[in-house]
Amino acid sequence: MDLEPTEDQKAVRTAFSEFFTDRCPISVVRAAEPLGFAADLWRRLAAMGAPGMALPEGVGGGGAGRSDLTLLLHEAGRVLAPVPLSGHLAASPLLVDTPWCAEAAEGTLIVAPALRPTVDGLARLVPGGAVAHVVVALDEDELVAVRGEPPMTAPVNHACAPLADRYVRDDRGGRVVLARGDEAARRFAMLRREWQLYTAATLAGLAERALELAVAYTLEREQFGKPIGAFQAVQQGLADLVGPVDGIRLLAARAAWCADEGDPAQAGRLATMAFLAATEVARATTYRAVHFHGGYGVTLEYDIQLYFRRARGWPLVLGDPDEEYQRLADDLFGPVGSS
Amino acid sequence: MDFRPKESVEEFRRWIRAFVAEHLTEDMIERARRTGTFHDWEFHRALAATGVIAEGMAGPGRGTGRDPLELYVLFDELGLADAPFFGLANTMLVAGIVEQIGSAFHLAEVLPRFHRGEAIAALGYSEPGSGSDVAAAATRAERVLGHPEDEPVWLVNGQKMFTTLVHEAGYVILLTRTDPDVAKHRGLTMFLVPMDLPGISFQPVQTMGGDRTNITYFTDVRVPDRWRLGEVDGGWGVMKVALAYERGVFGNMNQGVSLLRRFTRWAAESGAMDDTSVRKRLARIAIDNEITALLALRPALIASAGGLPTTEGSIAKLFASEAYNRAAEACLDMAGPEGLLGEPGDAWFVDHAARDAPVTTIYGGTSEIQRNNIAEHRLGLPRAR
Repeated sequence: MDLEPTEDQKAVRTAFSEFFTDRCPISVVRAAEPLGFAADLWRRLAAMGAPGMALPEGVGGGGAGRSDLTLLLHEAGRVLAPVPLSGHLAASPLLVDTPWCAEAAEGTLIVAPALRPTVDGLARLVPGGAVAHVVVALDEDELVAVRGEPPMTAPVNHACAPLADRYVRDDRGGRVVLARGDEAARRFAMLRREWQLYTAATLAGLAERALELAVAYTLEREQFGKPIGAFQAVQQGLADLVGPVDGIRLLAARAAWCADEGDPAQAGRLATMAFLAATEVARATTYRAVHFHGGYGVTLEYDIQLYFRRARGWPLVLGDPDEEYQRLADDLFGPVGSS
Repeated sequence: MDFRPKESVEEFRRWIRAFVAEHLTEDMIERARRTGTFHDWEFHRALAATGVIAEGMAGPGRGTGRDPLELYVLFDELGLADAPFFGLANTMLVAGIVEQIGSAFHLAEVLPRFHRGEAIAALGYSEPGSGSDVAAAATRAERVLGHPEDEPVWLVNGQKMFTTLVHEAGYVILLTRTDPDVAKHRGLTMFLVPMDLPGISFQPVQTMGGDRTNITYFTDVRVPDRWRLGEVDGGWGVMKVALAYERGVFGNMNQGVSLLRRFTRWAAESGAMDDTSVRKRLARIAIDNEITALLALRPALIASAGGLPTTEGSIAKLFASEAYNRAAEACLDMAGPEGLLGEPGDAWFVDHAARDAPVTTIYGGTSEIQRNNIAEHRLGLPRAR
């Protein structure tokens, strides 16, 4: 048992940490607003093989385990990388038997998961949907992959996320039925859990960096003749966040490890736990991080508001977390009426 | 990262589970609950007879001993089983200190008694005027004039608070002030005082959580110098060793696990389990328990790899105790009026948890002390006290 990354994992982490530090300074995040997509950053990630990491090597992918993917996403979360990585990594393995697999592995094609079932063939507010060439959706009793022109525009939204409504019954660009009936429902549930895991890892990175920014600011900002970070009231509020921030990273890592080790039931449960915990911790952390920036924290000039908005926007596309708590409870305690 | 449990540790877990199943009786659990004395001589001696206290903890400068992960598992399992383990925790802690710092006399006289389960230890750190600021201890130890240079005698006067299990203990590890004229950390000396010396008395203090603790009075207690632990005025160094031992290994932090298990059973029987609001709150507790388990494992893993956990212990303790309090309050709400009932049966454990949880954010370093430690040593903020 070891909670530290292996040497190989450290190498993965360092490579992506350096990449994002170099290629995704906060100016890139700002420049990508309001759409929330930096095409140049995506191309550079594709050159590194990142979009294909979740696909098997036999189809041109990287064959990476989820443990490696969570390390990549953690680093992406730290810099608020404006690229739809978690959705693409979660949905791309579903394209293995489609004609679009090679492009998805290369990253010349972006795939986005519709996380909520369609209504009359319309998938609402699909994360990454504004820039995706293929959308995977549960359309009544079919799990489908539908290709279409990315709209490259998103409705104005809190997180500046590339959301879009996508109609999945239009087969002009190609429409593949991946599964039907129970199998479709099962694979859709797995897709959501995969996305939860990757979003948890991204939020863990986001929260970790938000805490660092808050600490740095409190050491720089002086009031009453000393840095505000020297006051216990401020210190205690910051120190409270460390356990939760470490905790969500470890929980996501454990979920990823269980998935890699072939324990899907435990992995799925832990992925939902990690997602729910990360959603709360990223909120709480960015709330306090903005707060400890004082009045400047709410001005658009300061970067911490970028973290605050994405901490809320990125997980909320799945729906009210309460529904996930109920699903988790069913998993942990059996369905209502079973006891 | 590798979350696969070590086989040796899992083997030890199976062993301790079997031991508990064989030796721990409902009577012992009930007696501990009724009296507030979380120590049972029969259980303690049986455990000592297996050699677990003598084996101690492996660590830097110690060739043999149990993997710290195994000791983590020991207290985890004892906690889950409601075993009265406070005497064991105190004794293993003090035995570790004695082994590292004690004289040949202590090693020969005291250590075997701890190892065989004949004597347990109590901790004499806190005083009416010093809790978190433990280095402000005022209990006075003065050299008695007229004794030869090579065998001095110390006269001890003062009182110690929260000396849990002193009424069962053979020894109390005692932090005293030997030099009142220097900076507070520099004038402290530690003793290991046998409880049968004349002049020691105590009175019970009952707590809201059902624990019995004590105030212990030292009135003109003549303590021969051979009971000194470490250097004269070197007590703070001993204290640092004591705190390092205490962190994360000797104790059970996962109290939310048995609370959730019990509450789930009660909620299934009472029908509360069909309430979606109850289900959400229980799912939250389950998540906190998973995070607690990972954070609590970290210091044990660091110690197991030969390192010295520093802020990891504080991070785990802060999260665990705060989460346990959230869980206890949530269970109180969910149980409704039945959560108020304290008689054994039904939802008594809710009342117990609600009474017991608050002290966990106090003992072993308050949440504020843990946050100070994290702020300074993990976040790099200026020392603020």
